[in-house]
Amino acid sequence: MISNEALATSLGLEIFNKGEEKNVECGYCGDLLSWVMGKAESGCAWMTVMNNVNVAAVAVLRDVACIVLVEGVKPDENLLSRAQIEDIALYGSSEDSYTLSVKIDKLLKSGI
Amino acid sequence: MNETLKYVYEVDGSDFMSAGVASADVKKNLKMLGFSGDLIKKVSIAMYEGEINMVIHANGGIATVEVSDDCVSIVLADKGPGIEDIELAMSEGYSTAPDRIRALGFGAGMGLPNMKKYCDEFKIETELGVGTTVYMKVYNS
Ligand SMILES: Nc1ncnc2c1ncn2[C@@H]1O[C@H](COP(=O)(O)OP(=O)(O)OP(=O)(O)O)[C@@H](O)[C@H]1O
Ligand SMILES: [Mg+2]
Repeated sequence: MISNEALATSLGLEIFNKGEEKNVECGYCGDLLSWVMGKAESGCAWMTVMNNVNVAAVAVLRDVACIVLVEGVKPDENLLSRAQIEDIALYGSSEDSYTLSVKIDKLLKSGI
Repeated sequence: MNETLKYVYEVDGSDFMSAGVASADVKKNLKMLGFSGDLIKKVSIAMYEGEINMVIHANGGIATVEVSDDCVSIVLADKGPGIEDIELAMSEGYSTAPDRIRALGFGAGMGLPNMKKYCDEFKIETELGVGTTVYMKVYNS
């Protein structure tokens, strides 16, 4: 288990919003919001290409550790401001979900 | 707490960009009241899906949440188009969400199944052209 901030540093993620410090326990990839709502574990690093404000709502309600916008996607204005208001960690990466997942898995297993 | 707390939210159907606000507020209140993470998770998921459905499919509605020591009860009432075939609507993957809504990440057809899965009691009353009311209860076990 590592902190969201340590995860962002280790993977060189872009930090759109620093957010509250939380521990990352696992990962989840998905773009269909009600799918994520029903299946994601709390404390996960959530990788998605969705970048609208509803992503923040799901992240808050499911207690994710951080949102990672993948493949170069940037948050839209509403998502960014909701992330700031709700104090959620919101990161970005140019890599795809699979590549990041493999790296996150390694990090979680090595427990740095 | 001995008495029942009641929260009422008007869910704005014209603004699906701010949908989820009522659910987030309920979650915050339950946390403050000291309910377990498990109960909060169930209520959050069920209420969010219901709230979003009112916004996307019914042009908004009223959410009423009653909280007592042993139970959280949620009633979501709208004056939308109603649901023609409840059984079909309840099946995983069924969705009538239009493309512009799907582009936001909705429309997996998992909302109603999620609500049923995470509630201890779940009931839908609906009439075409009149509206839909969803009744949900989550017990504090
Ligand atoms: N309050 C409502 N009023 C009218 N129709 C509804 C209502 N709630 C659900 N429906 C109908 O039931 C279908 C299934 O709902 P469900 O929540 O499972 O999926 P969805 O909202 O389409 O997609 P998702 O929830 O996965 O984003 C909807 O597409 C819609 O046709
Ligand atoms: Mg839905």
